[in-house]
Amino acid sequence: MNIMIVLIPAALFLAALGLCAFFWSLRAGQYEDLDGAAHRILITDEEDTPI
Amino acid sequence: MAALTLAEGGCPSGLAPAEDRDARRADPAAFVRRDAGGRDTLELLIQGAKCAACIRKIESGLLALPGVSDARLNLSTARLRVAWSPGAVAPAAITDALARMGYGASAFDPAAAARQVDEEGRKLLRYLAVAGFAAMNIMMFSVPVWSGDGEMGQGTRTLLHWISALIAIPAALYAAQPFFRSAWTALRARRANMDVPISLAVFLTLGISIAETLQQGEHAYFDGITMLLFFLLIGRYLDHRLREQARTAARDLLALQSVTASRIGPDGHVVAIGAGDIMVGDRLILASGDRAPVDGVVEQGVSDLDRSMLTGETLPQSVRAGGVIHAGVINLSQRLIIRASARAQDSSVAELARLIEAGEQGRARFVRLAEKAAALYVPVVHSLALATFVGWMFGPALLRLAGLEIADVGLRIALMNAVAVLIITCPCALGLAVPAVQVVATGRLFKRGVLVKSGDALERLAQVDVAVFDKTGTLTLGKPRLVSTVAPDVLRAAASLARVSRHPLSRALVEVAGPGVATSDAREIPGEGIEAGGMRIGRRTFAAPQCADANDGAAELWFASGDAPPVRFAFADALRADAAQTIAALRQRGIAVELISGDRPVAVEAAAREAGIAHWVASASPSDKTARLAALRAAGKKVLMVGDGLNDAAPLAAAHASASPGTALEASQAASDLVLQGAALMPLVEAIDVAKMARERALENLRFSALYNVIAAPLAAAGFLTPLIAALAMSGSSLVVTLNALRLQLNWGRS
Repeated sequence: MNIMIVLIPAALFLAALGLCAFFWSLRAGQYEDLDGAAHRILITDEEDTPI
Repeated sequence: MAALTLAEGGCPSGLAPAEDRDARRADPAAFVRRDAGGRDTLELLIQGAKCAACIRKIESGLLALPGVSDARLNLSTARLRVAWSPGAVAPAAITDALARMGYGASAFDPAAAARQVDEEGRKLLRYLAVAGFAAMNIMMFSVPVWSGDGEMGQGTRTLLHWISALIAIPAALYAAQPFFRSAWTALRARRANMDVPISLAVFLTLGISIAETLQQGEHAYFDGITMLLFFLLIGRYLDHRLREQARTAARDLLALQSVTASRIGPDGHVVAIGAGDIMVGDRLILASGDRAPVDGVVEQGVSDLDRSMLTGETLPQSVRAGGVIHAGVINLSQRLIIRASARAQDSSVAELARLIEAGEQGRARFVRLAEKAAALYVPVVHSLALATFVGWMFGPALLRLAGLEIADVGLRIALMNAVAVLIITCPCALGLAVPAVQVVATGRLFKRGVLVKSGDALERLAQVDVAVFDKTGTLTLGKPRLVSTVAPDVLRAAASLARVSRHPLSRALVEVAGPGVATSDAREIPGEGIEAGGMRIGRRTFAAPQCADANDGAAELWFASGDAPPVRFAFADALRADAAQTIAALRQRGIAVELISGDRPVAVEAAAREAGIAHWVASASPSDKTARLAALRAAGKKVLMVGDGLNDAAPLAAAHASASPGTALEASQAASDLVLQGAALMPLVEAIDVAKMARERALENLRFSALYNVIAAPLAAAGFLTPLIAALAMSGSSLVVTLNALRLQLNWGRS
């Protein structure tokens, strides 16, 4: 059972990382335009166009 | 793809029609704001943007304008933010460029735009994330405890409980804040709502679980309480999103009517200002086609006014210097200069606002379905929990008196079982049952162009049994249509004169005649008609004084050319294409229909006959309308009011449920529950159907929740509940009600 001493903090750390990432994305306004984000990936930038 | 074809208007994917590029738009200059970086910025609401190609077309098209440094379109809210270096480009050039691309654009008042940020929604999402994080991680510790039953040592179990406690205590205290706040407000008002048992359960469960952990006991409910909060917060968030979406859409509609005014400064310069900035005594230019932003007195000019929004009257009224103008009237023919006699917020609209408020107070008495359920639920659950505690605490002693050999179970077991009742009956399903259904229903209606402004609007709509319609602009398009048949060459000649005028009758005539040229030397005499060469068109007294008055009440134009006998053009206000169909559909659903209008009896009778309405009232003032609604209510009827004008605002607010078309004035839209965004009326019938179905589903969900509680509560009271059963029961019941709500979408797709 000693492995739990390592595994529990590791699991909690990873989950907390996910929570922080969610808070960051919320604050960065990534939930402001969900439809637009879905469509914007379809737009080709002019520099990216192959010659 | 280097060059974009700007010639082709509107959405490149053809998902939305191009907007009318000649439509009159308010000058956005009044809404420009300087940002922190010293750039001028403008927020616009875009109509017609639907796809990726629209984003690209709009953004690159605007960035190509000189000086524009930033253009970003938010596709979800249809809002465009443009920034440019001051002076490089005129604000009107931006809306012009958008109009050339085929998109409609209306400026947002910066103050209104600043209020757009949905702080409350973000907060709820944060609570939701924390509760979800805690629930999932605690479940990671709970599953080993349940499955390791018998094999896991007491020390390991207590360790896992302690870790769970360390996560659950701060997470629950943080994430349950919305419930604590709401419960506290209710308690202070000496009422009990659903949040009172929730808050109580959070505190009691945390307390009892900590005590259990301290005593190295078996049953800790840290997983149950965080999961409960997670589910309840989902319901809360859905409910919030629903209201926020409706609020935003309502604000967008108002921005489409955003009113600006042209003020003549003391130095003679004309400046565009927002309607809210108009002061008493300001001299304003009211161009033809403009809506008066405030009450005022005409200083210069002669023109015709369209007062249909105020009174329902379809015939224009002429006005000259010294005449009084009320906010909301539309100037039809010539430019007027008016002096403001009240500020926008004090104009005649303000009196109506008072009436609206009075009407809404009556509606506030409506008790929502969920509240009704909570009123039943709270006392039952609390007494059951109390009975459980008393039973376990003193039951054994009583039974011993009766001669049975039973030992006391002690305070701990009694308390545990009482708390178990509170947890298991906690309204997980109840909290989700109604909002989930309403979110699905309003989402469906939103896609069909019906904007539902609140969840209880759907509940009220499902109960209506009488529909009262306004005529002008609601049942009809509010636009006259030529009804008499005339020879084509006469029509052509008349139209060549009519083209110089903005008068609604002239426009209706031109619409029938089709494209053509205007007579170059035509002269419009406001309030009379148009004259050119030997031809005259206009009032009977102006164009054909020798002819007798037809006296049938219809709007008319007389046309005289040389010595030929004068021709009469009669007009009627055209019904909406699906008006008769809508009335028939309402009848079919057992809803009686009435027509109440402020217009003349002849016009109202004609419209009622055509739409198939037997019961009509004409020349009704706003207070007549409200009185009629009060009479219907006194007779025990639930009235749906449908109207658009300022004269309808008070009845709209007083009715049990109300709807207005998207062309309605802001006061009317603000007062009504539903806004129909297209030109059709049929979506109203669809809304009633969806509302009835939603009510059915919501009741079904509530019944299911009741059934679940009837089974689960006795189990908990009897002491059979373990944390594993609590977790399964709670998540299971929440899933069932959510899936049942989604069924509404399925049903609807099929029919």
